[in-house]
Amino acid sequence: MPNASPFNRLESNSDTWVTLYIEDQAIQVPAGDTVAAAILGAGLLPSRSTPISNSQRAPYCLMGVCFECLVTIDGKENSQACMTQVQDGMRVSKQIQAPDLNAANTLEAKK
Amino acid sequence: MTQFSTDNSYRPDVCVLGGGIVGLSVALGLQRNGLNVSIIDEGDAGLRASRGNFGLVWVQGKGDTLADYAKISRLSARLWPQFAQDLLAKTGINIELQQKGGLFLCLNDDELNQRKTLLTQMQKEANGDYPFEMLDLQQLRDFIPEAGPDVVGATYGPEDGHVNPLLLLRALSECFIKQGGKIHHSGKVRKLSKQGQTFSIETTTENYQCDQVVLAAGLGNKELAPQVGLHAPLTPNRGQVLICERVKPFLHYPTGHVRQTNEGTIQLGDSKEDVGFDTGTSTQVMATIAARASKMFPLLKNIRLIRAWGALRIMTPDGYPIYQASQTHQGAYLVTCHSGVTLGAFHNGPIADWIANDKQDVELEAFHAKRFAI
Amino acid sequence: MMNNTLYDLAVIGAGPAGMSAATCAAEQGLKVALLDEQANLGGQIYRKLYQPSLKDESILGADYYQGRELITQVQQSQLDYFPEASVWQVTCPEKNDSTSLEINLSIKQQGQQLKAKKLLIATGAQERPTPFPGWTLPGVMTCGAAQILLKTSAMTPASPLVIVGSGPLLLLIAAQLTRAGVSISGLLDTRPKGRYFEALPHLAGALNNLPLLAKGLALMAEVRKAGIPIYKNVTDLAALANPSDRLEKVSFKTCNKDEEIHCSTLLTHQGVVPNVQLSRALQLDHIWHKDQACWHPVKNEWGQSSHPDIFIAGDGSGITGAKGAANTGRIAALKIARSLAKISQGKLTKLAQSPSKKLAKETCIRPFIDRLYYPAQTFLTPEDDTLVCRCEEVLAKDIRHMVKQGCTGPNQTKAFSRVGMGPCQGRLCGLTVSNIIAEESQRPVDEVGYYQVRSPIKPITLGELIDLDK
Repeated sequence: MPNASPFNRLESNSDTWVTLYIEDQAIQVPAGDTVAAAILGAGLLPSRSTPISNSQRAPYCLMGVCFECLVTIDGKENSQACMTQVQDGMRVSKQIQAPDLNAANTLEAKK
Repeated sequence: MTQFSTDNSYRPDVCVLGGGIVGLSVALGLQRNGLNVSIIDEGDAGLRASRGNFGLVWVQGKGDTLADYAKISRLSARLWPQFAQDLLAKTGINIELQQKGGLFLCLNDDELNQRKTLLTQMQKEANGDYPFEMLDLQQLRDFIPEAGPDVVGATYGPEDGHVNPLLLLRALSECFIKQGGKIHHSGKVRKLSKQGQTFSIETTTENYQCDQVVLAAGLGNKELAPQVGLHAPLTPNRGQVLICERVKPFLHYPTGHVRQTNEGTIQLGDSKEDVGFDTGTSTQVMATIAARASKMFPLLKNIRLIRAWGALRIMTPDGYPIYQASQTHQGAYLVTCHSGVTLGAFHNGPIADWIANDKQDVELEAFHAKRFAI
Repeated sequence: MMNNTLYDLAVIGAGPAGMSAATCAAEQGLKVALLDEQANLGGQIYRKLYQPSLKDESILGADYYQGRELITQVQQSQLDYFPEASVWQVTCPEKNDSTSLEINLSIKQQGQQLKAKKLLIATGAQERPTPFPGWTLPGVMTCGAAQILLKTSAMTPASPLVIVGSGPLLLLIAAQLTRAGVSISGLLDTRPKGRYFEALPHLAGALNNLPLLAKGLALMAEVRKAGIPIYKNVTDLAALANPSDRLEKVSFKTCNKDEEIHCSTLLTHQGVVPNVQLSRALQLDHIWHKDQACWHPVKNEWGQSSHPDIFIAGDGSGITGAKGAANTGRIAALKIARSLAKISQGKLTKLAQSPSKKLAKETCIRPFIDRLYYPAQTFLTPEDDTLVCRCEEVLAKDIRHMVKQGCTGPNQTKAFSRVGMGPCQGRLCGLTVSNIIAEESQRPVDEVGYYQVRSPIKPITLGELIDLDK
């Protein structure tokens, strides 16, 4: 899973923690985190590959402007990680190139 | 070559007014006939239907009330592969022409029956030489497995296809320039006139002179035509287009309402509104387009819309093209239609030949504007 | 889903300008809707301030916590606050039509619509795009991103860490990260020689705001004291990857010497520019601000745009900083209240006096800062092999090629190369493309223009759009 040196967490006021599954690994994150912060904290870099050239990318601006932080969240591909608050039990995985609508469809049907 | 130079010593044989798909297609054909061609174009801020269209090379259902239109649409479709090949050879740009056939999906029985009646009639008029197939949902799913349960059926036209309209525009442009053509982004044409044997074109920035002039300025033709003894009763008709994010390929055939481009983008459309020159969008129409598309292909419900626009079709009163040579101002020609992509190869071939050599290999009488006379 | 209330004023953006405007308007008796895409008040500069993450308040510094007052005021005001509201389209009727503006938004993936008589755009600023070789590598982030991480998650980026660019934010983030215990391996100043000299003529203006100048000097001193290696007049910047395509090091030149620093994080910054996505989509008039090398929506002294019912306040109308933003927000709100006849002309004049004075104090230092930190040309018109459009992977040389092929503006360039067609819809490439076209065709940027921005300005699913098909 995470292959990068993780970002560092300082002493925080957060007292509520939730469980996120990042690339199927359970990670504890503060409830106020965005998914982008959570994946950076867990070291999921790169977090996506581009549809065109399969280049590796990771969150860049963290404020919703650059669209580099696209990941798959609970089966929904191309979700902006920096604009999504973490929820307990959320499943996050790397966005591999363009979304596969058929895969999402299958997931929906299974629910 | 730079578009900003004023080369006063250079005088082209023909000036084509309008550098969109229609103008460029004709211009390339004129070059093929040995003529020196200049294109006078309004510039980046113009209405530019060529940047707003759907990219369909579409035959089925066209010309139900005018057999000649059906003829030229089919002819154009047949000429397209060579046209695309030529552009590839000359520019290295692959315009992604695909002609495996196209589908028109119907969401209720009335629609499907109407469609069947229309195409059957056209087939009869063509003495059986008009290929199409009626498909039920099961058969449609052989083509597109993702077709939704609300689809009652579809018509398949084997001669239909699509192309990348922006790459087409780029390839046409580069080819034209490579072959010595000049494109002048001169702003709107203020005055068009003829003195003796010479046509004079006054724009907001420059003046040009030439022996022949082709009006291919889309909606701009309306004002230009009367200045050279032609008549172009054109009105805009807005079609809203929705562009969704790239997704992995699943739609391998173009449909009348939904199409997936080569790079994976999903395009939705086919609305018709009379809103004057407004190229904006309206929430209601966008929602209607989205609803219809997701009925046709339910998996589209989760796709993200990233851009939408209104494009203005160039409509004549009956929807058919005008191809006409001016009687009073010999050497002036009017070329206008709303299917510039489909007819691109036809414009590049027979229309350009007609303008260059004044010979018609194809029947153009039906496209004369006198049909609009009261 | 339709909200049937007709608001007097809809404010988009709950940063200092939006919060200030909403509170002020509510005070004057207007029915106000405050919309923001974040889960809570604060915008970017006061992000997470309602519930700060960092235990140690000295890390971010007093300026951040000063925003608490604005947040409290909103919480105590009579207004409708819509968090997690992503505005994707605003339709406005013709200028002389008296019907209201329609705002289309999406809250938790549910499409909604509300109507208002007046609109205040307070969507703030974004970082100027900083194209250079390797800027898309995982590990390269904006300085603003690092600050957001501190605020939202009490998190610091992975070490070794290098900061590169130009602008007051460089010093601030360097100081904040140092206070947070990060050992910064280098601060690379990319300004060419002469910026101090060029800024001198504007020093008088700056001296009118001594506290702000003093803050800057204090930060400089703090950064020096921390022993962070500082490199000046940095050129030939490149981020280089390791075999796994992750950032490994940054290379550059300074004083004619080649340098290299190993890093896992590279924070880049070349100033902030107004976020014009919504103002462009509304087809409001814009003007090129030469000294800030960015577009501003055209507005009068009240923040009224080229459309009489649409106002703009905060950094989205021109960079003035948080304090300036609060004042432009207040000024606009007062004018809007007047235009709806909620206050008299006399009251408007009286109440606008104080924020106008305060605003003047904030703006007088701008010419000095603009000149002092003006980016090096390479970040405005990058080298051929640099990625300009991150989404569609279009290089600077592709743009230059398009110009040579006859593209006269950004829209045709977009049509021919796909630049600006990706999910960000030109936010990270628009400025660069206009700059390159201007340079290649030797025309002013104002004449070249900008992309035609279209709705939706934030992506929405077809499902959400269908929600509106009633």
